[in-house]
Amino acid sequence: MKKYIDTGANDTRSGFGAGLTELGRTNPKVVALCADLIGSLKMDQFISENPERFFQVGVAEANMMGIAAGLTIGDKIPFTGTFANFSTGRVYDQIRQSIAYSGKNVKICASHAGVTLGEDGATHQILEDIGLMKMLPGMTVINTCDFNQTKAATLAIADHVGPVYLRFGRPKVPNFTPEKNSFQIGKGILMNEGSDVTIIATGHLVWESLKAAEVLYKKGISAEVINIHTIKPLDEEIILKSVSKTKAAVTAEEHNIYGGLGESVSRTLSSNLPSPQEFVGTNDTFGESGTPKQLMGKYGLNTENIIAKVEKVIERK
Amino acid sequence: MSDILSLEAFVQQVRRDILRMVHKVNSGHPGGSLGCAEFFVALYNEVMEHNPNFNMNGEKEDLFFLSNGHISPVFYSVLARNRYFPVEELNTFRLINSRLQGHPTTHEGLPGIRIASGSLGQGLSVAIGAALSKKINKDSKTVFVLMGDGELQEGQNWEALMFAAAKGVDNIIATIDLNGKQIDGTTNDVLNLGSLKSKFDSFGWKTLELEEGNNIELIISKLNEAKSNLGNGVPVAILMKTEMGNGVDFMMNTHAWHGKAPNDDQLKLALLQNPETLGDY
Repeated sequence: MKKYIDTGANDTRSGFGAGLTELGRTNPKVVALCADLIGSLKMDQFISENPERFFQVGVAEANMMGIAAGLTIGDKIPFTGTFANFSTGRVYDQIRQSIAYSGKNVKICASHAGVTLGEDGATHQILEDIGLMKMLPGMTVINTCDFNQTKAATLAIADHVGPVYLRFGRPKVPNFTPEKNSFQIGKGILMNEGSDVTIIATGHLVWESLKAAEVLYKKGISAEVINIHTIKPLDEEIILKSVSKTKAAVTAEEHNIYGGLGESVSRTLSSNLPSPQEFVGTNDTFGESGTPKQLMGKYGLNTENIIAKVEKVIERK
Repeated sequence: MSDILSLEAFVQQVRRDILRMVHKVNSGHPGGSLGCAEFFVALYNEVMEHNPNFNMNGEKEDLFFLSNGHISPVFYSVLARNRYFPVEELNTFRLINSRLQGHPTTHEGLPGIRIASGSLGQGLSVAIGAALSKKINKDSKTVFVLMGDGELQEGQNWEALMFAAAKGVDNIIATIDLNGKQIDGTTNDVLNLGSLKSKFDSFGWKTLELEEGNNIELIISKLNEAKSNLGNGVPVAILMKTEMGNGVDFMMNTHAWHGKAPNDDQLKLALLQNPETLGDY
């Protein structure tokens, strides 16, 4: 069993900031916009190095999305930055018409997704954004798991032509993927090989899944772990290959089970390889105030619940 | 400058196109389209430097964005008659498998369209983005945008108006089609817009007014006046009063023709009031 080492906790949003800084130095087409959350999105360095390529729009996200769409006309690659809630639900029609339907090359970069935003509470903790964004035709949806992967994804989406939703988070979390990993949009990563069950995880739940696999191993259950950073387009091949071997799947995400990764996996399995599946995610509920760890626990977004769901799905085989 | 008579003849042909397009499919928005026919012809035939050999980025040319996308018939007619695509394609308006969707879109690749519009209130933001792109590219050409008066009820416009003035976006000319009418009645009755002049002024725009927005000569001179005000660190707006349904007597002075097509008899009457000039498609 492969052992993953936390090389030092860091936040995924800092991975975004580091990636954006690098793009500022290497890709003159990249421009950035922010709706009054520069510090939260870690955009300071890009701005200080490229003031002429940055636009502070104030607390006006709808306008930000429209301006970003317009900036693509003239061959710019705009990266918008705000919280996930204000990057999606608040501006859904602007994204739908001016970006997705218009086929504009805008990168919607969304921090503070999910309950791990913490104490600010449910007004800011969007758990529906993956569903909203994956329903838009042509939209690529990415949810990264750690600092290194978020930085790599930020670099990769600049080279992808088309609208992208890049989702990341607020808290410091283990950094465990390789620093120099190339990021392939739409390609899942086999983190751990196993034979009894496939755990398909995205975002902050990837680390929890790896920890769950270690515990399960000691219990005599061999769990395969797949890191699905790209929810759309979904890497169906890696999922089907794994589940055809293990005959059972558990999906894990910091998102409502209605509309998230789990449902995408269900669609794939039911169309190709009907198999028992259990879901780790929030269950049709809003979040609340608390520490990220408390909230992950209360809403079952942790190692313990992944283990419980694995045991349940294996019984259903 | 083209002579005014030939521009007016062009406008008349555009009116015929609009009427025939909406009549054929018994749907679409003739009222606002007719009201802006002179404006579109002034822009595309006289004021803008543009290239019918369309490319999306539009570098080194003036750009136009239509925010109130429901007046697509006038946009399509003027683009076709400016050789962006064959005029015969106007026959496909609102039909299945057409590039001429009910509301304009880039999705089907129709030359001349740079953004989808129809859901209101989004065009000004997009135009501002394109204007910023021009500034980064050191492209000195101008970005034009047309908005309806009813759609100023959408809040995003006021975000955009605030932004453009605060950030000195001075390579943009926003024209507001003040026909005073929307689907449910007059703008005064539905949701009174108040004094747009004082609103735009207080938002920091250079605000010009045009009382006769169906007089092509006056539109051209107002657009040129607007252009002469660019580059001063301030965005420029034109509040342009128009008559919805202009050029067809029974479509004027009412909001009834906002989104209603003429029947056979009404089309015949409307076309009689606008004899063919350049040749129907």
